[in-house]
Amino acid sequence: MADPIKVYPAKPRKVYFFGTCLVDMFYPDAGIAGVELLEREGIEVIFPQGQTCCGQPAYTSGYHDEARSVARAQLDLFPEDWPIVVPSGSCGGMMRKHYPALFRDTGDEARAASVAERVWELTDFLLNVCHIKLEDLGQPTKVAMHTSCSARREMGVAEVGPALIGQLNNVTLVEQVRAEECCGFGGTFAVRHPEISGAMVSEKVDALVETGTQDFVTTDCGCLMNIAGYAEKNRKPLTGQHILSFLWERTNKAGGGS
Amino acid sequence: MTDSAHHHVDVKQFHPRAREAIGNPKIRQNFRRAMDGLMAKRKSAFEGWDLETLRELGANIRLRALANLPDLLEQLEQKLTDNGIKVHWAVDGDEACRIIRDICVARDAKSVIKGKSMVSEEMELNHYLSGEGIEALESDLGEYIVQLADETPSHIIMPAIHKNTGEISELMHDKTGTDLSNDVEYLTASARQQLREKFMNADVGVSGVNFAVAETGTLCLVENEGNGRMTTTVPPCHIAVTGIEKVVPSLEDVSALLALLTRSATGQHITTYFNMISGPRKPEELDGPEEVHLVLVDNGRATIYQDDELLDTLRCIRCGACMNHCPVYTRVGGHAYGTTYPGPIGKILMPHMVGLDEGRHLPTASSLCGACGEVCPVKIPIPDLLVRLRQESVDGDKLHPARVRGHGAKRSSLEAMIWKGWSWMHSNAGVYRFGTGLATRFRMLQPGKAGAWTDYRTAPKLASKTLHERMKERKQ
Repeated sequence: MADPIKVYPAKPRKVYFFGTCLVDMFYPDAGIAGVELLEREGIEVIFPQGQTCCGQPAYTSGYHDEARSVARAQLDLFPEDWPIVVPSGSCGGMMRKHYPALFRDTGDEARAASVAERVWELTDFLLNVCHIKLEDLGQPTKVAMHTSCSARREMGVAEVGPALIGQLNNVTLVEQVRAEECCGFGGTFAVRHPEISGAMVSEKVDALVETGTQDFVTTDCGCLMNIAGYAEKNRKPLTGQHILSFLWERTNKAGGGS
Repeated sequence: MTDSAHHHVDVKQFHPRAREAIGNPKIRQNFRRAMDGLMAKRKSAFEGWDLETLRELGANIRLRALANLPDLLEQLEQKLTDNGIKVHWAVDGDEACRIIRDICVARDAKSVIKGKSMVSEEMELNHYLSGEGIEALESDLGEYIVQLADETPSHIIMPAIHKNTGEISELMHDKTGTDLSNDVEYLTASARQQLREKFMNADVGVSGVNFAVAETGTLCLVENEGNGRMTTTVPPCHIAVTGIEKVVPSLEDVSALLALLTRSATGQHITTYFNMISGPRKPEELDGPEEVHLVLVDNGRATIYQDDELLDTLRCIRCGACMNHCPVYTRVGGHAYGTTYPGPIGKILMPHMVGLDEGRHLPTASSLCGACGEVCPVKIPIPDLLVRLRQESVDGDKLHPARVRGHGAKRSSLEAMIWKGWSWMHSNAGVYRFGTGLATRFRMLQPGKAGAWTDYRTAPKLASKTLHERMKERKQ
């Protein structure tokens, strides 16, 4: 029952890219940034056009039959033995940690296990599989980081974002109080218990603003639309970005940094 | 005492109570401050320890105990009986109350002094005894305060954590005539003085149990105030009451669990008192109770035990770390839940006690952030159990039919239909691409409001093109 130890694969020639539905519809720039970073590392990125969503919203709402149907539609997309990279700790966590249980005692058990064990959160993959070295081309700046709870606790990548930002010479990472506390997103939780979620995000935004920076980055688009959406609605001086967009913008020669 | 304080009828009213708590700055501040302190204390208490290995050990001890639970309970009963402790079995809280009343009646006991026991809260023992003409007085300082205020505990370790010193001072002034003071020492001393007299005159002492050791027939009790020792040694009769899951095989198992319990709960390396009760006063001994009883309470636990996954709920050693680290508990406080056990452990335990129909809001009141599971000293996968109970409350899995009492109560045909539609769209990539392509193309029509989401935030803005489309273009 010990948590399995992460065994990173050797740097592969190709990866599958699972974009997630939030990135697909709301933050495709973050997805493209992830693809660019991978390609710059010499990795060919395969984006299966048949992908939709990992199934998590139905899963955490208790509708497991519906989640299983959606998840099953993703299992066919990754036939070769390449890693599957995901620009989200939450969707990555769903696929890596919950697919095996979701398909236990079904005919898809083996396929689900094969997908689950190949899933990597993208920043973790860049740092620990690609051993990426970032050259900062941007102006000096301060940034705060919110690691999503699933990235932190399910995927175990709490140290990855700070390590990547630490490679950027002109970026100072500032830490907010209670950095490890949830921002209050929680998927359908945000609408089922709006007051509790609202209280959580308001305190998260205050903590971020108190660091003295106006910019934060995060591993997950759920947290991003929650925190940045609260800041925007309540006119707080805070704007957010997916960490992949931030990393790409600062190191992209064509763009000349930001 | 009012009925409302004692009957957990308002578990269904979670939403309004949570809203009220969130709007109450005093509650918010009291809990935030207390939880911040407890988290910091726990962290420093485990410094220098290989915490993951210790948690693994704790989990395995509890799992091994649960795997042999029926045998261990028989062994425990035999050993306790050999030691002169009388063992009683109660299928639910009512039966446990009746057993305790009968013991009191047989001794013509009119006054009971109580050490801290969450199982007795589960049973609403004080309320029951007062109806039988028996006075039960709480001797744990927090419980004493809660009893003075005619409230229920808001935390399983620190029952009065929802009150600050000023509020406690006012309460004690009103009810017991102490001076108004912010001096914690003075307030504690006043309470002690009042309690000391009650200890001397009590006919029966009732306590909880932290670990019941099967091999030796020992009841272990962890406490800080000495009231537990007084409760179990001063009155002529001691009744211990606990859940059937609290048994462990041997004394060896206690040391690891105790190390985890005190550090996880209050950040202490060891509590001020650790009592090991092994029987009534022997003929040659000068003190101790003449009679010792143990009441083992099921109250739904045996049903939980029958499910391989839900079984993990019973690993709990009641340290309270899950609530100390819970961002929801920190915001709404313990009373919002309307349950004996609040916070994450309450959300996975109470549905079995009150039914998933009554407790339907409990499993959803979590962002599934995982902080509870991360700190649990016996590694209960609390988020997974919350998801399991969410599935049970909507009958959401044909492969694993729901079995918890009151399952399916939250299922609405509208919500089920929405998820079916959602599932159909996301199970068919062509439909999904068509739908998302259409949505992004007509994004200027996106409504600015999106239900409860936009009460607090702006709506996320649809991109001009989906990632699918951009990746397709990129290839060309």
